[in-house]
Amino acid sequence: MMTELSLNILDIVENSVKAGAALTEITVSAQTAKNLLEIIIKDNGCGMSEEQVKSVIDPFYTTRTTRKVGLGVPFFKESAELAGGSFFIESKLSVGTTVRATYELDNIDRMPMGDLTATIHTLVTMHEEKDFLFTYKVNENEFVLDTRQLREILGDISFKEYEVSNYIKDYLKENISSVTGEIII
Amino acid sequence: MKSLEELKAIRDKMKNQVGIRSEEENTTRVVVGMATCGIAAGARPVLTAFSDLVQENGLSNVTVTQTGCIGLCMYEPIVEVYEPGKEKVTYVKMTAEKAEEVVNLHLKGGNVVTKYVIDK
Repeated sequence: MMTELSLNILDIVENSVKAGAALTEITVSAQTAKNLLEIIIKDNGCGMSEEQVKSVIDPFYTTRTTRKVGLGVPFFKESAELAGGSFFIESKLSVGTTVRATYELDNIDRMPMGDLTATIHTLVTMHEEKDFLFTYKVNENEFVLDTRQLREILGDISFKEYEVSNYIKDYLKENISSVTGEIII
Repeated sequence: MKSLEELKAIRDKMKNQVGIRSEEENTTRVVVGMATCGIAAGARPVLTAFSDLVQENGLSNVTVTQTGCIGLCMYEPIVEVYEPGKEKVTYVKMTAEKAEEVVNLHLKGGNVVTKYVIDK
């Protein structure tokens, strides 16, 4: 089990990257009036067959050869179902995969979001050849980070350059904290 | 609050600097396992620590990348160090604090931190 939902996000998006997705959309949205926390990860990777989709929620299914269990999707599913939420996965070969998990925001068994900045920063700087669209919403506040926009500004300057990497980290941290406000996520 | 304007200023400043990149064959690679097993065991702060420390220390001959599961899940977080002309070093059960030791003693000092290395 992951101790932070942001770790589940990192793990699931790594699947998208491995599936060859050029763009992965990560949406985290909290609505206090509905007592709802929602995480959606949508990629345009290679997708899965109907049979594969059924098997990924089985811990004894994995595409890797170094070990026989694959716990990424089962962990994510469990995190939602333990917290009064739901889990949904939809995929189409050569179109992509969408994973959606919902949580009761105030459920005592809901894992904390944890360090969302670290997750997004890790993804963005470690997979420079990929694009990410990160949307973070809390009630009426919203923050969007689009790597295509960053790339447009930076040209061929790497996201890994010290100053750029630090900027992205601070940019994420400040905006996430400002959107979160006093809400516990 | 940070804005994209600030990023433009960073870009303009960096455009005037000529990046010094070392040759591929002289590059040391630090590879962090980031599959489900690694992430669950705490690989994210380890990866962040290596990236930050390598940058902060200006180690331009070191690159930090990630990989999947190498099949030793019980020893995660695992970090492999590939130095040109040397045998691969595999550090196990890593933390951000141990990463700092590896950067200082191994990557900067040239001495493998044997207490964190797994025997082959």
